Amino acid sequence: MPSPSPSPSASPSPSPEPPAAAVRATDLTVVRGPRPVLHALDFTVPRGQITGLLGPSGCGKSTLMRAIVGTQAKVTGTLTVLGHPAGSAELRSRIGYVTQAPSVYADLTARQNLDYFSAVLQPGRAAASHRRDDVARVITEVDLTSHADALAGNLSGGQLSRVSLAVALLGTPELLVLDEPTVGLDPVLRRDLWNLFHSIAAERGATLLVSSHVMDEAERCHRLLLMREGEILADDSPDALRAGTGAATVEDAFLHLVDQANTLQRSPR
Amino acid sequence: MNAARTLATAARVLRQLRHDPRSIALMLLVPCVMLFLLRYVFDGSPGTFDSIGASLLGIFPLITMFLVTSIATLRERTSGTLERLLAMPLGKGDLIAGYALAFGALAVVQSVLATALALWGLGLDVTGSAWLLLLVALLDALLGTALGLFVSAFAASEFQAVQFMPAVIFPQLLLCGLFISRDKMQPVLEGISNVLPMSYAVDGMNEVLRHTDLTADFIRDAAVVAGCAVLVLALGAATLRRRTA
Repeated sequence: MPSPSPSPSASPSPSPEPPAAAVRATDLTVVRGPRPVLHALDFTVPRGQITGLLGPSGCGKSTLMRAIVGTQAKVTGTLTVLGHPAGSAELRSRIGYVTQAPSVYADLTARQNLDYFSAVLQPGRAAASHRRDDVARVITEVDLTSHADALAGNLSGGQLSRVSLAVALLGTPELLVLDEPTVGLDPVLRRDLWNLFHSIAAERGATLLVSSHVMDEAERCHRLLLMREGEILADDSPDALRAGTGAATVEDAFLHLVDQANTLQRSPR
Repeated sequence: MNAARTLATAARVLRQLRHDPRSIALMLLVPCVMLFLLRYVFDGSPGTFDSIGASLLGIFPLITMFLVTSIATLRERTSGTLERLLAMPLGKGDLIAGYALAFGALAVVQSVLATALALWGLGLDVTGSAWLLLLVALLDALLGTALGLFVSAFAASEFQAVQFMPAVIFPQLLLCGLFISRDKMQPVLEGISNVLPMSYAVDGMNEVLRHTDLTADFIRDAAVVAGCAVLVLALGAATLRRRTA
């Protein structure tokens, strides 16, 4: 295919690089079962921005997120999150985490779920009114006001994943780790949620790490980590990625990088 | 450990149960129906009903709480809520104590109903105080909760969790002295029954059945059951891992 030979790395970066990284990984390796699923990764996630984690399913996105949150076993290398080693006790109230499958109690209403998780984050009678406001806020943020008192087990898949997302928004997490938060949602809701993510990053200065295998969502991120088979193929802004590979979309850029990696892998044989 | 988080967890577990009235009804009514049945099965020999009935007052809460807790904790593990909670500032002890508290409260209601029915409805003849019967029933419920929590760590599905009931409970049921007094068993089996907590639950009930006052044996039995419950609860907390593969 013809390549338009772009001027290398001349793309204007829309947002300046903040001083400290929210997540910094050096030589990060994770073993699951007999084989390593993440191979000696080195990367940083800048603070106050939305970083997209993209790659085909099974490439290690969820494992990487679980390592950052501190729920993944058999992690080696260095992984620093908000200035502390990943999994430290002091990080537990500073990180919001949404697993891929909605993790809420099906036999409680959406509001009762939020009430409980809120009480875990901010326990005690003194915080009760603050908790009430917080729960009301996140219900509005994920647009669930009309279903707040429905049993979670009776909600649709998209509504349920929004309850799960709402739990992660409780408190004021400095880092939000969202594992495919928009899967199965309609385009309008997806756009609204991405607007919410951007306002969280812009207004609260929070860092978001959002995984997806839908490449058009990549365009909405400040930075992208492209993954394939436990390795990071690229770590750049969407513009720079497109410019660097001469592709029109991030999807094309990703495919280009995958083809390149495959050729490199095959060539030594 | 944090008391507010423990209480919030207990309240959440009870709230979940409230959305499931059928389960509550089964938990509260089945022991009563069983006692009722037992009373008329032994219609001709009231003495047998006295001894078996008292033992069963201790065994029912243990079995129900074992089942309920093992399934409830397993659901917590498989639904991802456990991973989410352990990624949040919740102590493992808060979670375990929350469950023990919620199911303990339920066990109080169950034991009060069963004991009241047995004593006043079915004429169970007990020498000692009804309060002591209730105390043993409660300790048994706590032990059941503890065993259920512990076992759920080794079950990968609800299917397996239910299979643990016969594996963990039935041998104790056979050896606890319910069918025949333990000193008449084959000596090896008697030795085994000496280290199984349910034996002490049944012994404790029999002490209340036969003595008016608090005997040293009763205190020992109650202490063994309570100690086992606390030990197994601690083991259960140790099976919770913040980091999993």
